[in-house]
Amino acid sequence: MVADIIDVEVKNLTKTFGNFNAVNNISFSVERGSFFSILGPSGCGKTTVLRMISGFEVPNRGEILIGNECVNNVPPNRRRTNLVFQHLALFPLKTIFNNVSFGLQRLKIPKNEIKQRVTNMLERVGLQGFESRYPNQLSGGQKQRVAIARSLVLEPTVLLLDEPLGALDLKLREHMKLELKKLQNKVGTTFIYITHDQGEAMTMSDQVGVMLKGEMEQIGTPEELYNAPATPFVAAFVGDANRFSGRVFAKSNESVTISIGPLKVKGIPQPELGDEREALCFLRPQNIRLQPPDDPVSKGYQSFPGLIREIIFEGHIRSYIVELAEDFQLKVAIAHATRARSFSVADQVQVVWNPNDTLCFSTRALADIDMNVGEE
Amino acid sequence: MEALETISEINAKPFPWFRIICLAPLLLWIVGLLIIPHIQLFWLSFLQNRHPEEGFYMGNYLRFFTNPIYWKILLRTAVYAILSTFMSLVICFPTAFFIAKLLKGRWQIGLIIIVMLPFWISELVRTYSWMIMLRETGVINWILLSLGILSEPIEMLYNDNAIFVGLVYVSLLFMLLPIYSVLESLDDSLIEAGQDLGASRWTILWEIIWPHSIPGVMAGCIIVFMITLGNYLTPVMLGGKNSLYFTQTIYHQFIIAWNWNQGSAFGFLLLILSSFLVWIGLKVSRQKLTEVIK
Repeated sequence: MVADIIDVEVKNLTKTFGNFNAVNNISFSVERGSFFSILGPSGCGKTTVLRMISGFEVPNRGEILIGNECVNNVPPNRRRTNLVFQHLALFPLKTIFNNVSFGLQRLKIPKNEIKQRVTNMLERVGLQGFESRYPNQLSGGQKQRVAIARSLVLEPTVLLLDEPLGALDLKLREHMKLELKKLQNKVGTTFIYITHDQGEAMTMSDQVGVMLKGEMEQIGTPEELYNAPATPFVAAFVGDANRFSGRVFAKSNESVTISIGPLKVKGIPQPELGDEREALCFLRPQNIRLQPPDDPVSKGYQSFPGLIREIIFEGHIRSYIVELAEDFQLKVAIAHATRARSFSVADQVQVVWNPNDTLCFSTRALADIDMNVGEE
Repeated sequence: MEALETISEINAKPFPWFRIICLAPLLLWIVGLLIIPHIQLFWLSFLQNRHPEEGFYMGNYLRFFTNPIYWKILLRTAVYAILSTFMSLVICFPTAFFIAKLLKGRWQIGLIIIVMLPFWISELVRTYSWMIMLRETGVINWILLSLGILSEPIEMLYNDNAIFVGLVYVSLLFMLLPIYSVLESLDDSLIEAGQDLGASRWTILWEIIWPHSIPGVMAGCIIVFMITLGNYLTPVMLGGKNSLYFTQTIYHQFIIAWNWNQGSAFGFLLLILSSFLVWIGLKVSRQKLTEVIK
């Protein structure tokens, strides 16, 4: 990665369709050679952002700069961007060679150079020898690579990808995820990748922007999003987390106590919480420990008695559903090592975690979270 | 287990009478109304009109080739059918593209209905309305006279142009619908992909839209060509009694000259010509009949 050169910069981008605010005042910048993902549930406006960058939609307000040049009025066929479509949009009546060479032919490049570049590109994506086949003779993963080759052969400043793995089956998707990242490392082109799958965004990206309802919730590295979500939606959407709400019982700058039924749970107040009286708290399952009732509790940790209701065995981890109070259950994920202590259903345990791992937000975004992540 | 076997037995031996009932109308249609009459006509075309008892006779066919008026009329008819097919394509392709790709939702359906509306009226009435438009005291003449473009009315009916206009008009819908449906099936993202890869509008039209629509275009052309080649009403009404259209010649042989043998021979010659031209069209556009029919 060559730091500090900005390939794509988006400033205060806004797009409305009729009365509907599809994209609302979004800004971000993408460094040269980096892999930037826009992550969000369907209908959040991420595809509209991509279509504005590629030129298929004109923003109502704001600016798009590609290589420091404002491209707002440049039509898609003259932008230094190329788009890999959601359903790939390979030309079904053209051979793979003609698909990949389509863009080069438009540039009036001499024939032998076109042949050279297409051959090189196909080799790069591992499809040498497929030149004279047609798209319907290829497997899903191969088509994928043709679509990417068709765009990359034009050496765009930035390659835009619109959920290109969505149509593939799970196993192939896992495989293509790694392959795509490897390819991006190899060619060094800037990628902007749109997805609703947080797994894809997390594994491949250098930076991820999380979008909801046309707004950018947070931009950061995958680890930043996971460890320090700025909004409750990010906390709920990125990674797995226990989610519970309660009344704010006591609050200082560093600590907040939430009452949930008879329990008082300590956590960290997030700036977003403000002076709200209701709080929505997030706690990652792997940050909780289980121990027998009489074991001593480490300093600084909080402990509650609980009853194991259910055990879900997932191979590398074992998930316990533990009931702390009526209507208050937590999922606890414990690495399933050979000599780890395990519990069984109906065991009484102590549920222990550090208050710093309880992130407390306001309940404002609850409806969006329920709709897009699922109800707890 | 027993129940399962019963079901598979039913599947293996479907009631034959049910199949027969389903196929019966089609079989009656094809055998009763197409095959039997055609065998009859085919047989008639090889008999002499006045002396059928003399047996096999090539004269009906030979007359077509020895008497230039007949093959010239057939040639003229074919040229007219080809020209109106082409004209119809020129009019319908942009129209279909507009409706299929540039309009959305209600407008799209609305326009298709408007295009179909005239075809709910009998062809006879529609042809009469063309006569009202074109004749010496007709609408077009009246407009041109009132605007002062013409000082005297001109006769627009009963000539080749009138036939041409009528044939194109009759065929519009049959050209429009197949092209519309094939354009409708073209994924918009293919057009966008072309744009994204740097293609101009014309390149997209020529490289992406046109190749995709060839099956629909060919289907439309075949239907329209058949319709115009075999059209009787339009040439007679708009072109007058001496419009020299081949269907009229056939009609003349059957009804006026009462020479069914000659008429049948001409009928088969028309069939051979149309099949041949369709075959050529498919060869030139490198399409397969099975795909075009789809």
